[in-house]
Amino acid sequence: MTMKVGSRQIDGVTIVDCSGRITLGEGSVILRDTVRDLLSKGNKKIVLNLADVNYIDSSGIGELVSAFTTTKNQGGELKLLNLTKKVNDLLQITKLYTVFDVKDDEAAAVKSFK
Amino acid sequence: MAMTEQRVSYTLDSSLDTIDSAEEKATRIATELGFGDDEVMQISMAVREGAVNAVLHGNAYAADKKVTLAFERIGDELVVTIRDQGPGMDLSKIPNPLAPENLLKTSGRGIFLMRSFMDVVEIRPSSTGTELKLIKRVHGTSEGGKEASQ
Repeated sequence: MTMKVGSRQIDGVTIVDCSGRITLGEGSVILRDTVRDLLSKGNKKIVLNLADVNYIDSSGIGELVSAFTTTKNQGGELKLLNLTKKVNDLLQITKLYTVFDVKDDEAAAVKSFK
Repeated sequence: MAMTEQRVSYTLDSSLDTIDSAEEKATRIATELGFGDDEVMQISMAVREGAVNAVLHGNAYAADKKVTLAFERIGDELVVTIRDQGPGMDLSKIPNPLAPENLLKTSGRGIFLMRSFMDVVEIRPSSTGTELKLIKRVHGTSEGGKEASQ
């Protein structure tokens, strides 16, 4: 299953609903293009909803890191929402869990932006 | 799981399709060998990362270079061997992805993940290519991987 994304706005925060696989190739490119497009349009409060992301590889992890740092460098914030156990475990073993702001409730994630 | 010995090998192009194909083969074979769901995921991810290294960093997508992938059951072990025809990697230049200064790097986690998921990871670089051997023991522990680089 390739990756699909859809975005919606809640109180000035963009929720990006991701599904499928974030892996080397198409999945990583879709995520990269989506975040860059949002930033170029001035949407700098971003939540990646990963509830339906069932697989991620090291390239996908790298893309999450890239999205995080790119957003931060442009004065924005990017948070992660609803990690599956697999993705949660990967972020734990790579010590990235503490780097990202990870939420498990959408409303709380939206409210957490400054 | 019967402990008869079996071996299957594939010669694959240096393409993105090879990476997905290697992962699919690993998932199927690990499942057939009776590994649990979590172990199957670990094996398939390790094989995927190994294939990524072979295709991207080893063969650099070169059309005239192949990736050889072999699955072998030896006793209570699944042994996966991935060979590329690249210039050979310099193991001393692989950074620790857990070091604070490397946490926000966008690459360099593939070998770390393999070591995390497999019981043994052996990397043998040479001027004619790199051979990667990944071993997972049936009913093996999941307490991190051990490495034997040569």
